[in-house]
Amino acid sequence: MKALRLVVLPWVCCTLLAAASLASAVSSVDALEIKTGVLKVEYPTLPPVSRYDEAPEDLGFAGAQLGNEDNATTGSFLGHSFSLETRSVPPEGADAAVKELLDAGVHTLVLIANGADTERLAKAAGDGVIVFNAAAPDDELRGEKCLANLLHVAPSRAMLADSVAEFVIWKRWPRWFLIEGSNPADQALAAAYKRAAAKFGAKIVEERVFEDTGGSRRTDSGLVLVQRQIPVFTQDAEEHDIVIAADESDVFAPYLPFHTWTPRPVAGSAGLRPVSFHAAHEAWGATQFQRRFEKLTGRYIQPVDYNSWLAVRVAGEAVTRTGSDDPAVLKKYVLSKDFELAAFKGQKVTFRDWDGQLRQPILLTDSRITVSVSPQEGFLHQFSPLDTLGIDRPETSCKAFAQ
Amino acid sequence: MSKFRLPRSLLLGCAALALTAGAASQAFANKVFVSNERGNTVTVVDSATWETVTEFPAGNRPRGIGISPDGKHLYVCASDDDAIKVFDTETYEFLWSLPSGPDPELFVVSPDGSKIYVSNEDDNLVTVVDTQKKTVEAEVPVGVEPEGMALSPDGKFIINTSETTNMAHFIDSADYKIKHNILVDQRPRYARFTNDGSLLFVSSEIGGTVSVISMTGESGPELKTKISFEVPGVLPEWLQPVGMRVTADNKWLFVALGPANRVAVVDVETLKVVKYILTGQRVWQLEFTPDEAYLLTTNGNSNDITVIDVAAQEAIKSVQVGQQPWGVVVAPD
Repeated sequence: MKALRLVVLPWVCCTLLAAASLASAVSSVDALEIKTGVLKVEYPTLPPVSRYDEAPEDLGFAGAQLGNEDNATTGSFLGHSFSLETRSVPPEGADAAVKELLDAGVHTLVLIANGADTERLAKAAGDGVIVFNAAAPDDELRGEKCLANLLHVAPSRAMLADSVAEFVIWKRWPRWFLIEGSNPADQALAAAYKRAAAKFGAKIVEERVFEDTGGSRRTDSGLVLVQRQIPVFTQDAEEHDIVIAADESDVFAPYLPFHTWTPRPVAGSAGLRPVSFHAAHEAWGATQFQRRFEKLTGRYIQPVDYNSWLAVRVAGEAVTRTGSDDPAVLKKYVLSKDFELAAFKGQKVTFRDWDGQLRQPILLTDSRITVSVSPQEGFLHQFSPLDTLGIDRPETSCKAFAQ
Repeated sequence: MSKFRLPRSLLLGCAALALTAGAASQAFANKVFVSNERGNTVTVVDSATWETVTEFPAGNRPRGIGISPDGKHLYVCASDDDAIKVFDTETYEFLWSLPSGPDPELFVVSPDGSKIYVSNEDDNLVTVVDTQKKTVEAEVPVGVEPEGMALSPDGKFIINTSETTNMAHFIDSADYKIKHNILVDQRPRYARFTNDGSLLFVSSEIGGTVSVISMTGESGPELKTKISFEVPGVLPEWLQPVGMRVTADNKWLFVALGPANRVAVVDVETLKVVKYILTGQRVWQLEFTPDEAYLLTTNGNSNDITVIDVAAQEAIKSVQVGQQPWGVVVAPD
């Protein structure tokens, strides 16, 4: 019977067995029940340029589910039980869904939404709950618009741009041809690359805007036109070492590699891309994490899944270490020097106590393998090399975190 | 096949040499087996001459490596083959595979050689394998990503460390039930007892510490303290403790510090680091020669092993092995 159950429901069975066999091993620990809510706002979007980038329905939820299972296994040794509630809603349903999750008694809330919605929903959630931003890269959410109850596991645009910049400078490619999209998110990303160029001593020798004229992104013979249009679009640029693409809207960047007028590598939104995680990453024990995720979901992991896994694990680790389910106690611990978490990226991840951003290495991928990992060797910092990525303590405009 | 005949005759030559050398220095020649994670081989080194004897294929991605108490069988975790491969330590012939579950990485052999205890990362299990029947005798559910394995000297406890749960689990070897759990720092990789069984050391790779657990606490094992590491000019992030060995007299703990390229020497009495010994790059696992004259380190990024003079606490030699050496075991006398 046991063997059969192991085959059918390996994880559940393991946990039950563990819980049963461990009842005697748990010593004087208060039983806790920790509820996590995950809210994903579904925006109307066009299909992506590449069908590899199509968002699976359980995007983000799957990562949170794995994180919850990890927490539950650990919790079974300590008398802590963990559960997960997920909601997928259109933008107009988001506020009601937050209220519903709060009414259901969630201790932590993971948001997968754009910057504006993340800000509004976190405010609405109030101080009785820790909110994790698992998707929005907006720097202002960590800056002038930061909120005391909002922690960011998703890397900011500044961190992503800096991670590319460090690699490109390490390669001694200081002359950048910046091509940016015309939508606000693309412009914000372009601003992050301009900031990174100034920070690390690169020069933007040419800057062009690729207008989003709407329409569908894939057509049957689209590649014929792309092969003619992109060389023309990139013609006669100042002498440059690399093309940097700022295309958060996914309109044109995938067309750039191989089609540029001058043969140059591409980085940013295509070519060498900065990501919190990707499915080919194997170093630092990541293979076993990938396999656990794939066994659970039947698909490859995406950065948003990793972010939501991180959010749930951060909360779980805080519960494990503090033995508390009080969001105030958990938040204080998470922002303290005692908090650390292993996250399959070679070093512990911790939080910046000035803006609630998770310090973390950023993977640079060509979408097939991990090409490199930033921070790069030789970029030094008085506190942590991870703080060479993004907005550092002296630069922050966040005032919500008392220091 | 003929490729391996020449080294074998070399081995005989080395053994003869070692006999002569042994008469003078009282040291035995022992075979050192090094698993090469990338090379898919095991390198055999002679401990009397520090010459490479041979290198033989050992399955895909060989990592954890161990030997039967009688020295006849070499066990190698062929991680990408999802099996523990057993080789003859004289002929280097592949004998058979033991069931291990997917991606085996580390294991310990029971003192009588009848069982091996394997950590099974994908399924959150410790698997007990009967080495004679070649069957799985028991599966013990543990925390997320089980990794490090140790046996208490009295044989009572099988220790497993789980890398994402961050605990040392104390499994009773009589009924395979977990009797104690102790939280340690992030990503515990390896566990090792002192010879007298009074202390258990658990290395946390990402936490950067070694947890010291007293086995003589009133209500069972208890966390006594944590050892941290500090090397001028090395970023704290790179001080990642992994493999460990304790001298039989319980006086010295050696800790491999991974990408810091150093082995820390800890005084077990004071639990203070007294020295850092420079080794090859990405120093991973450690093993003594049976007489404890030497400590060997596998250095994954420089493709060599460092030979440390244990009494002098100094590195005296490095020996090139295969590609990306991972684990090391030395044949008994």
